[in-house]
Amino acid sequence: MSEVIKLRKGLNIKLKGSAEKALEKLPVPATVALKPTDFPGLTPKLSVKVDAEVKAGDALFYDKYHPEILYTAPLGGKVVSINRGERRKILEVVISTDEKVGSAEFTKADPSGLSAEEVKEQILKSGLWPFIKKRPYGIVASPEEQPKDIYISTFDTAPLAPDYNFVMDGQLDTFQTGVNALAKLTEGKVNLGVQAGSAFSSVKNAVINTFDGPHPAGNVGIQIANTNPINKGEVVWTINVQDVLFIGRLFETGKVDFTRTVAIAGSEVKAPKYVQTVLGAPIKDLVGGKLVETDYNKRIISGNVLTGEKVSEKCFLGYYDSLVSVIPEGDEYEFLGWADPGFSKFSATKTYFGKLFPKKEYTMNANIHGGERAFVLSNQYEKLVPMDILPVYLLKAILVNDIDKMENFGIYEVIEEDFALCEYACTSKIEVQKILREGINTMIKELG
Amino acid sequence: MKFIKNFFERTEPLVQKGGKYHWLQSVHDGFFTFLYTPKTTSKTGTHIHDYIDLKRTMSIVVLSVVPALLFGMYNVGVQHFKAIGELAATGFFEIFLFGLIKVLPIVIVSYAVGLGIEFVFAQLRGHEIQEGFLVSGMLIPLIMPVNTPLWMIAVATAFAVVLGKEVFGGTGMNIWNPALVARAFLFFAYPAQMSGESVWIALKDTDKVIDGFSGATPMANAAAGNLNYSVADAFFGFIPGSIGETSTLAILIGAVLLIITGIGSWKIMVSTIAGGAVMGLILNAVSGSAGLSPEVATYFSMPFWHHLILGGFMFGAIFMATDPVSASQTEKGKWIYGFLIGILAIIFRVINPAFPEGMMLAILLMNTFAPTIDHYVVASHVKRRTKRAKVSA
Repeated sequence: MSEVIKLRKGLNIKLKGSAEKALEKLPVPATVALKPTDFPGLTPKLSVKVDAEVKAGDALFYDKYHPEILYTAPLGGKVVSINRGERRKILEVVISTDEKVGSAEFTKADPSGLSAEEVKEQILKSGLWPFIKKRPYGIVASPEEQPKDIYISTFDTAPLAPDYNFVMDGQLDTFQTGVNALAKLTEGKVNLGVQAGSAFSSVKNAVINTFDGPHPAGNVGIQIANTNPINKGEVVWTINVQDVLFIGRLFETGKVDFTRTVAIAGSEVKAPKYVQTVLGAPIKDLVGGKLVETDYNKRIISGNVLTGEKVSEKCFLGYYDSLVSVIPEGDEYEFLGWADPGFSKFSATKTYFGKLFPKKEYTMNANIHGGERAFVLSNQYEKLVPMDILPVYLLKAILVNDIDKMENFGIYEVIEEDFALCEYACTSKIEVQKILREGINTMIKELG
Repeated sequence: MKFIKNFFERTEPLVQKGGKYHWLQSVHDGFFTFLYTPKTTSKTGTHIHDYIDLKRTMSIVVLSVVPALLFGMYNVGVQHFKAIGELAATGFFEIFLFGLIKVLPIVIVSYAVGLGIEFVFAQLRGHEIQEGFLVSGMLIPLIMPVNTPLWMIAVATAFAVVLGKEVFGGTGMNIWNPALVARAFLFFAYPAQMSGESVWIALKDTDKVIDGFSGATPMANAAAGNLNYSVADAFFGFIPGSIGETSTLAILIGAVLLIITGIGSWKIMVSTIAGGAVMGLILNAVSGSAGLSPEVATYFSMPFWHHLILGGFMFGAIFMATDPVSASQTEKGKWIYGFLIGILAIIFRVINPAFPEGMMLAILLMNTFAPTIDHYVVASHVKRRTKRAKVSA
């Protein structure tokens, strides 16, 4: 398709400290970890005990209700600890890496020549399946379901997001192999969402949809809604760009290779750039020595500032994340903050003078700048969600736990990231993403 | 400035649950957050939040009302000196000062009573003090005749805050615009003190009104078939009327601020004005029909756009109809809601002899029906969505 789909609703948030196009290759981390908490709704069952030796691609745990979905070690080594939280919930499975242990062996084959079943089995066994998520709900896909289509967004419009054209440089053939494998898994098509002029436009065996517009145009959910929206009973699978590479490498080499390029960005990073590391690497390895020395607190986020998870240097990179953002914590009082003319304050509304300088980049902290209130203003959310959906009505349906209404208002089409801008812009400081996930959990519980 | 913060931080434990002054918690929190944006950082969801909050939103609305307030004060003076025949001999500051002394007590009473009740409710419910009344407290004085006794302002404000807002759950939950509830309360409870010729002009007992001066509003005169106002006076606001409603110009300045900042819905403003204009045109068209008494025919034939600059129409369209809580919430609904307000306001105003002004009742009535309008807009949205599902299935 050569036609550009133009999205008008949304908002680009320009943060200071976007990553420069330079790649640093980090040494192999001493420890890596897999976190079951990265997968909403997962009940993990351990496959290994502490001290067990695992190869890269050996299962660490599996899904209790889908035992065929394995979660495997990113690197070979020894399981050193299984960290648990309240009620013995598994938080992290930590591996001390050892290059000598090596990698598990899988079939090396061109996926185009394999059957759908063979492709599926290889992806499941190697532990790459959890990268495939499904809509509705944004959870790990069920292998027995038939997806209407598979969608991949090849660009990210979130604040400080990595540029995948840079990340993908020289790896487009591997990406193509991954797309070929995915094409086997659906009776529909693989759909790529691209920006005009992107290298991804040349990918074969896929439908190319070109998008233009502010964030959240890069969200796969928005791209689905504007090309072939999900209706009740339909399932669409989605996967992140870099995770397609994992699948490509698996079929090209017969081994798992979880090497991932991560952008280290934000106003508190000395020289924001890209680093090459591995899935589950420690945050300390990624940001150590790279942050600005300050006398105020900083917040490190695995992921972007809208949807990411607050982490400390002791934590590990999130399973789906290609970005680590570092911003000021902002845990300080501000004198008469509401009365400030705000030349250096960015706002989705035009109530601060900062709006007069559209090209400026801003430092933003994690302060919520106000207190939580009831819904007061209208049409704030609608302007930020480029879909045929009424966000406030959906959220209110969730708050009163009305399943019929949630269905009618489109809960199957959205996950947290699609509404994240609403939460950012909300005058009443309502926890939109939390409410939405509660609604999704209700749907999963009630309807399966 | 640091000592203020220190004071609030030091006293915080005292007002917590179990503290000596726990019953002051909401007040403490209210003043503290007013002076200092809290240091709360995000725990779930997005890590960054917009600088906008309800305090900012409400202060922008208050700011947009200020031109109408200042002009209202001035006009109170103007009308006073006009009545006693000394307008030409009086200086600008004296005129303004007279108005200030008349209007300020009304503003203070409105805020003191309203905020006092808000503080009590916030403490009883154990939540933060909400900012909604910052706007209502400013709007209430502006829609009152200047001679309204202060005790009436107090009673009306209390009525509006308690029965117009708090019984529904506070800011964001109310059905009707609280300021208009206050006005409607006085209108129906004390009709004698709320209408007539004497309520609009502030006069002392000793003042002698010059011969031939009438304190009647142009609206009241028009209802009697007497169109004797000047269009320029009506636009700039040198006519008798409620304190803040007379100057279309001052109100439009506020409208510009509301529209630029996006706080007030321009769709409601435009559609309300359009509704008023359309109804005015309809009346113009039928003004020649047989059977109309001469007064009514004259009023019917008043140029349609004069309706927009007389009485409370513009004030209502810009500041009252646009209250986001009591207005329609959907974008399509806003067009319908505003348009019907405009139509109804003119109908009440011209055709119903019991009410010289119709804006208040038109807005309250449409506040009541706003959820119904939204219901149908949302139903058609859902219908379209389900249809899409059937087409692709």
